[in-house]
Amino acid sequence: MLTSVLLAFAVALAAPSLAARLGARAGWVLAILPAGLTAYYASFLPRLAAGEVVDQRVAWVPQLGVELAFRMDGLAAVFALMIAGIGTAVTIYAGGYLAGDRQLPRFYPLLFSFMAAMLGVVLTDDLITLFVFWELTSLTSYFLIGYKHEYEDSRASALQALLVTGTGALAMLGGFLLLGQIAGTYRISTIVADPALLQASPWYVAAVLLVAAGALTKSAQWPFHFWLPNAMAAPTPVSAYLHSATMVKAGVYLLARMAPGLGGTPLWFGLLALAGGATILAAAALALLQRDSKRLLAYSTLIALGTLVLLIGVGTPEAIKAMVVFLFAHSLYKAPLFMVAGAVDHEAGTRDVTRLRGLGRAMPVTWAAALLAGISAAGLPPMLGFVGKELAYEGLFETPWLLAALIAASAVMLLIVVLVAWRPFAGRTLQVPRAVHGAPPSLWVGPLAIALLGTLFGFAPALLQDGLMRPAAAAVLGSPYAFDLYLWHGLTLALGLSVLTVVIGFGLVLAWPRLHPALVARFGEVRVGPVAAYAGLLKGLVAVATAQTRFLQSDDLRHHLTVIVAFAVALTGTVGIASGAFAGLALAPVFEYAYEAVLLAVIVVGVASAVRAHSRMVAITSLGVVGLGIALLFVLFAAPDLAITQFLVETLVVIIAALVLVRLPSGTLRAPDNGGVRRLAGTIAVLGGALFAGLLMAVTSYPLDRTLTAFYEAASYPEANGRNIVNVVLVDFRGIDTLGEITVLAVAATGVFALLRRARAKRADATTGSGNAAADQGGPPS
Amino acid sequence: MNSVILRSATNLLIAVLLLFSVFLMLRGHDLPGGGFIGGLLAASAVALYAIANGHRAAVRLLRVPPQALIAWGLALGVGAGFFALLQGDPYLTGQWLIFAFAGVEWKLSSPLVFDVGVYLVVVGVVLTMVFALEER
Repeated sequence: MLTSVLLAFAVALAAPSLAARLGARAGWVLAILPAGLTAYYASFLPRLAAGEVVDQRVAWVPQLGVELAFRMDGLAAVFALMIAGIGTAVTIYAGGYLAGDRQLPRFYPLLFSFMAAMLGVVLTDDLITLFVFWELTSLTSYFLIGYKHEYEDSRASALQALLVTGTGALAMLGGFLLLGQIAGTYRISTIVADPALLQASPWYVAAVLLVAAGALTKSAQWPFHFWLPNAMAAPTPVSAYLHSATMVKAGVYLLARMAPGLGGTPLWFGLLALAGGATILAAAALALLQRDSKRLLAYSTLIALGTLVLLIGVGTPEAIKAMVVFLFAHSLYKAPLFMVAGAVDHEAGTRDVTRLRGLGRAMPVTWAAALLAGISAAGLPPMLGFVGKELAYEGLFETPWLLAALIAASAVMLLIVVLVAWRPFAGRTLQVPRAVHGAPPSLWVGPLAIALLGTLFGFAPALLQDGLMRPAAAAVLGSPYAFDLYLWHGLTLALGLSVLTVVIGFGLVLAWPRLHPALVARFGEVRVGPVAAYAGLLKGLVAVATAQTRFLQSDDLRHHLTVIVAFAVALTGTVGIASGAFAGLALAPVFEYAYEAVLLAVIVVGVASAVRAHSRMVAITSLGVVGLGIALLFVLFAAPDLAITQFLVETLVVIIAALVLVRLPSGTLRAPDNGGVRRLAGTIAVLGGALFAGLLMAVTSYPLDRTLTAFYEAASYPEANGRNIVNVVLVDFRGIDTLGEITVLAVAATGVFALLRRARAKRADATTGSGNAAADQGGPPS
Repeated sequence: MNSVILRSATNLLIAVLLLFSVFLMLRGHDLPGGGFIGGLLAASAVALYAIANGHRAAVRLLRVPPQALIAWGLALGVGAGFFALLQGDPYLTGQWLIFAFAGVEWKLSSPLVFDVGVYLVVVGVVLTMVFALEER
């Protein structure tokens, strides 16, 4: 199982060069991986049907008890098959949809990284590993929503999705740590196996709330629902894959995974029923305002996610049975519907459902896929969607008010299906904004195949029963549960409710042409509730951050340094004086040799010259003298590595400073200063110097603890084959610190590079803009 | 800077300086030196070359953008740790291959690879700054 996840990551790495070499066929070839994974995961089904669960464990951070534990049970199998199976269709589809896109080489690695991370989320049996994979899905989602990064909208939507799901995930990590503390392990299967222990803990409420925060943000439940419709800024393959079939269901997965351990309490039911119910109603109402096919589908996804959360909250065997079937059915119809909407957009140039008619003749196969998936989405026989919806109704019989909400939302679902899968295609005369081509096979093979699967499983749901649905329900319930699936239930109450749904739905369809404009006119511009709260929160955050940064890290270098040194002096100085560390220190220079005094004199002269300098060049050179004097001190006191480094750094500082200076406007140093600023800076500088002198003297007044030095002296050669302790510490004993340091260096260089590039681009703009701009800004002397 | 003396001297010195920087890096494990010092010296050498012969000549001398050196350096630094995993040791544990060849004792090691990474990062970082500042 670990191998399958790593394989997907490996393909993600190789994807750019493969895609460049394969050109237009890349989608077809790359689809081999998810197709193979689908077959691999399907090979587990006979063992699952026999009631087995497959475990795999690899130690990762044994010191912290973190391991890469993987576990294939019914729930994992349902998700893994959806991720790999729909991933196959989406890969093929993306090859056609994004054909010729300049950034396509960037797309595949992100898509496959997501696939690998998502497989990791559902296959792992360790909470910490799950969190890491979870964050990876959020990150890849961020990049994929922002794929068209030239557009402000895309970037804002990507950031919104990342902030909402990322904040939730942080809360979730807190919940995971609590669960780990309560249970004494991060192994999921062990944690959920002991509900009595979890629910007796005083931390139970906090753990549930924190874990739910992660799950509900990820699955876009009210009041965090708003990021999902905005995420439709992503290219359609991404919407079909991440934002309907897989990633948004990660929250549902987590809730289902935790249900045996955390579920069954009034808190669990109340929280999930409230979130799910509110999501269903809000999404159904908001969907009426939409006419963009992808946004319509996004709201229908919200309805489905709300339903799933609701069913997990109810938690009866009937509800869980409905949850697993509906979960599978939803992916099998929603992904094709998205791909169809994208194909229409691709070929006809719009997603506005009111501007499209009569496409059916130009795109017959696409329409066929749309109809098959649409009938399933509408919850009509003989599709799997019908089976799922009937079961969902039955699962909610004990909570009538939730049932009523679901019926209303299902009617809206039917309206959405008519708007997306019927209206644009039906009609004799073609109405489109531009000439239509028939879609190429890559755009219809995937959706058609998945929609056909939905039909097949609709006629014969028993095919899914033993290998997938029973084990999945058992995993969520925590105990085996035997049930049979049928297309035809007989004349039951659920069937009657389905008829009622269809009647309301068609009523909505008939009313929509008048209802929609009226609603848009009344509510179209209203921005209240969670969306406004998010915008306000973000604005406030940015305002606080800006004010704080202005004060602490001003653009003015002198202000910047003043703040840093002043804080250091105030904090360290206060603590030093209060603790008595500076007491009894006396300044009594002792020179063993005469040249030490000479060196001191050189340094003092350098400092005096730097302070009194009238030009920058003199100041920099004087500071160089100070630095070289200190380097000589290192030589005298037998620290050759330090000395060499100091010499080289001083040299480079002078070179770099000189390069900077030639770009600054010429002039003397004193001119812009007033006395007060100089006096303040001087005071702080002297205090800073005094502080560090005092600290050094305080430290050296204690006898030197040679434990560490002795260890390195003793261990350096036998353990690391090196005689230069400094270097051995750098590259071997504390190698990970050095790794961190060179990473920081690299980041700093990237920042410098970006800043200077921007400055140059600005100057270039100014130069082309007006002839004198460069001179106005004090352009560099040539 | 247009100076014949500086240019002539630099063209001769650059090879020696670069060679010396590699020498400093290699001997670092036993004697003063190491990747950081070697990298600083190499970067100073190229900066000197840039001052004497101009920015374009220095870019040509380096052949690759300094950012690429940073990337390769980081890759080597991160990658050097993986030798330990192959032996079942914790990440970044030093791995040594010591053998005699042509009458000399050779010591190849993962800390050496790591130090080469440090060297490249330092050269890349300094030259990124120098080049960005010199470019007009």
